[in-house]
Amino acid sequence: MRDWRRDKLAFSVFALPATAWLVVFFTIPLVLIWVYSFADRGPQGQVIVALSLENYQRALEWIHLGIIWKSIWIAAITTVLCLALGFPLAMGIAFAPQRWKNPLLLLVILPFWTNLLIRTYAWIAVLRTRGFLNSGLEWVYDRIDGALGLIGLPDLLGPFQPLELLYNTPAVIIGLVYVNLPFLVLPLYATLEKLDKSYLEASLDLGASQWRTFVSVMTPLALPGIVSGTLLVFILSLGTYLTPDLLGGPDSEMIGNLIARQFGAARDWPFGSALSFLLLYAVFLFLWLRATVATRSKGVGV
Amino acid sequence: MDNPKPIISIRNVTKRFGSVVAVDDACLDIAEGEFFALLGPSGCGKTTLLRMLAGFEHPSEGDILIGGQDMSDVDPNKRPVNMVFQSYAVFPHMSVARNVGYGLRVTGVPAAEIKERVGEALALVKLAGYEERMPTQLSGGQRQRVALARALVKRPKVLLLDEPLSALDAKLREAMQLELVRLQQSVGITFVIVTHDQDEALSMADRIAVMDSGQVRQVAPPAELYEFPNSRFVADFIGKMNLFAGRVAGAADGRVLIEIQGMDRIAVPYGDQARGEIGVAVRPEKIRLAPTPPTDGEIGLRGRVREVAYYGDESHVFLETAAGVITANRPNAARTTTPAVALGDELWASWEPADTLVLTE
Ligand SMILES: Nc1ncnc2c1ncn2[C@@H]1O[C@H](COP(=O)(O)OP(=O)(O)O)[C@@H](O)[C@H]1O
Ligand SMILES: [Mg+2]
Repeated sequence: MRDWRRDKLAFSVFALPATAWLVVFFTIPLVLIWVYSFADRGPQGQVIVALSLENYQRALEWIHLGIIWKSIWIAAITTVLCLALGFPLAMGIAFAPQRWKNPLLLLVILPFWTNLLIRTYAWIAVLRTRGFLNSGLEWVYDRIDGALGLIGLPDLLGPFQPLELLYNTPAVIIGLVYVNLPFLVLPLYATLEKLDKSYLEASLDLGASQWRTFVSVMTPLALPGIVSGTLLVFILSLGTYLTPDLLGGPDSEMIGNLIARQFGAARDWPFGSALSFLLLYAVFLFLWLRATVATRSKGVGV
Repeated sequence: MDNPKPIISIRNVTKRFGSVVAVDDACLDIAEGEFFALLGPSGCGKTTLLRMLAGFEHPSEGDILIGGQDMSDVDPNKRPVNMVFQSYAVFPHMSVARNVGYGLRVTGVPAAEIKERVGEALALVKLAGYEERMPTQLSGGQRQRVALARALVKRPKVLLLDEPLSALDAKLREAMQLELVRLQQSVGITFVIVTHDQDEALSMADRIAVMDSGQVRQVAPPAELYEFPNSRFVADFIGKMNLFAGRVAGAADGRVLIEIQGMDRIAVPYGDQARGEIGVAVRPEKIRLAPTPPTDGEIGLRGRVREVAYYGDESHVFLETAAGVITANRPNAARTTTPAVALGDELWASWEPADTLVLTE
């Protein structure tokens, strides 16, 4: 048997298609965008190659900073909600009887089998003024109203006012939590599954309550999974485009939408490129932070 | 060990996992201050029994009493026992001192007292000065001491140890055996230790329960277990044993007459009633080898040396006889490299009738 790691030629031949693919469809466009981000916009929206920092300066204007700030907020809230929902879920699966684990995991990744667009439209059907949620609420409301009528209090509640659930920031957050939850559950599950259960038993054995065991033993030991999962969710939410586009209102625009607008209606590719690269730098920053935390706590098994 | 008040009472405890019966109708009383060993081959249910004492498993049937109190509704964190896990389970994200102090912190012991007791516990296991080390900076043996200190600092009524020495190398294991005994004597806590290593159990424990496929086969002090096993299983599991299949041919004045294929009829002192097919056993170190037949009264068997295994302190001689291959241990008392026994030698094996075990089970 030849060792492919030593055999440079065989290695290069096999690696060639993938490398070519990455260079043509990933590296070159990325470089192009990077060059564009220093370019000027012509009167008709042409890209005039230059070496100006004007696009970056514009990106840091208040109006755009506001959108960036709002995106970070939405991504942060989404991440926190995903963690709050995903931790118990991952724990439930990791500690479920062996034969239940795979079916439960399948349920978590089942949504991936459907197109994201369709899943997001489904949320519109649920949340809109005459959607499933409001209809359900109205049904309950009517029963209560009827019951109050029976005990001699008709018209106490007045007519049902549907809740405004769609085209606002909460709707975006609901959609993002829904879309990104599996990205938190899966790495966290993988960590919890590998976790030696005798650590938890040792904690209980030493007199700690279940809650104390969760806080002092399970959470620190699950930290690698928590960090991976939350970072993934945060990065994905930060750059999202589709969810705020479909579920958001005028005031829930995120960076993704701003960038999309530059490449579409606004026809300002240089500015869009600069925004894209700012987003990329932000992602690198978070990844770097994560790596720093990981090396710093390596000694304690995190 | 006839302590009237047992610290642990295991009463007809059965544990089933689905169709697997891990522990089968076990009854055991463990006395206060005892060093008690659960011994048996892998998979016989030792760990399961220990985990039921700690509260991580619940008996399918039967009761467990600790200090006279029924444990069925007592959670693991409320039991007056502590466990040293087979994997040690030393928390990797806490320093040695924080590991040892954990069980005190979570129960609200004041910080000053924690510091003092942690110091004492670490001194007890000879880890003073290691307070700030992280577990990754410790050897396997040191990690085990941390696990020990962490359990002992709680001052439990009973310390449970699951195969505590199995991960250590032979030299360290022997040293730790002695040290555990010393530790147990100095703290006076009841130790219940699980092991599959008979030497470990024999050398450390005051009393041993031998388990086999979920059942407790015999509970006895080491010497009694070794010299008077009550069944073929125990005889074979503890130490080395020459086992023959025999048939009772009669009884006369406190002796049974036994017929063994390939041997003259033998008479063995035996108090109880025995009839039909039985097992006959004799330990290899009770057998003497000589070129001439034994004197009157001894049981003798002629054979040819088939193999000699040299162990330094002694040699095991395998003798091919009409009754099968028997093993005899010869101490290498003289300082010489010339073997006293050579392959192919025609020798007589002989032993005292009183050294013969009659096994009816
Ligand atoms: N949690 C469990 N689920 C199913 N079977 C188990 C479980 N724990 C132990 N067993 C089974 O019970 C039997 C006894 O196991 P154990 O007590 O670990 O044996 P030992 O410690 O003596 O090696 C084994 O057959 C094992 O497969
Ligand atoms: Mg075991």
